[in-house]
Amino acid sequence: MTPATTVQPSFDESSLVARARTGDTEAFSELVRHYERRVYRLAKNITRHDEDAEDVLQEAFLKAYEHLDRFQGNSAFYTWLVRIAVNEALMKLRKRKTDRTVPLDEPIDLGEDVMQREIAVWEDNPEQRYSREEMQKILDDAVDTLKPDFRTVFVLRDIEELSTEDTAETLGISIPAVKSRLLRARLALREKLTKQFKRKGENLLDYV
Amino acid sequence: MITCKEFLAELNEYLDDNVVDPDTKKHWQDHVDACPNCFVVVDTTRKTLQVYKGMQQQDLPSDVKGRLWQALEKKMAARKPAQT
Repeated sequence: MTPATTVQPSFDESSLVARARTGDTEAFSELVRHYERRVYRLAKNITRHDEDAEDVLQEAFLKAYEHLDRFQGNSAFYTWLVRIAVNEALMKLRKRKTDRTVPLDEPIDLGEDVMQREIAVWEDNPEQRYSREEMQKILDDAVDTLKPDFRTVFVLRDIEELSTEDTAETLGISIPAVKSRLLRARLALREKLTKQFKRKGENLLDYV
Repeated sequence: MITCKEFLAELNEYLDDNVVDPDTKKHWQDHVDACPNCFVVVDTTRKTLQVYKGMQQQDLPSDVKGRLWQALEKKMAARKPAQT
């Protein structure tokens, strides 16, 4: 599995950015080609909406192009781009004001209490039991049940692999807020997936 | 020994291995070793993160890609380098 942050050796981000800043559109295009899929995935994960994700994708790159002179170069270009994309995506969420968090079964407690109710061992290698599409749907459905505040932190930290500090700065929230949202997001997803993947017909004691 | 609640509050620090203080680490590890429920929570949370991280990058749908590049080319044509 390739981590999301892997950069091909031939891809020299800082020199492309430097060239793009002098007005080299081919260099900028190269940056877009490199990041377009990741920005789209990010937009889709936060907005959970095809059209919104497409708008976010376009706006993020258009704004990045327009404001390239404001890019300070003291963070990675991708972090800067993510910040623009996240802002666009959050605006979309606010506009829609739909809170697509209505769980189909009982709500997960995301309050102070972190105690877990669904404690069961998983079947071996659930990834191999489902097709890629089925797996994708299971994972997406679980993420859909998270409130946007939790989902956004989870997406940035665990899917985009931003640091806690960058996540806090991108979202304009404190580091403790990032940490507590991430904990609740992870535990909520764990519960959801456990319902799906738990080993049938055996109890916990057989395992330990 | 610390309680399950105390342990779970620190679950991310444990999973992400953020804490270097050996005493704290030992408290957590003792709890996980002694508590079957927390052992399972640790294991399945780890697996949860693995399946999400392993999620394939979605391809950009070709129509979405087409419209992105149309918008970009328009923009780049309108705002050519400063020297033009």
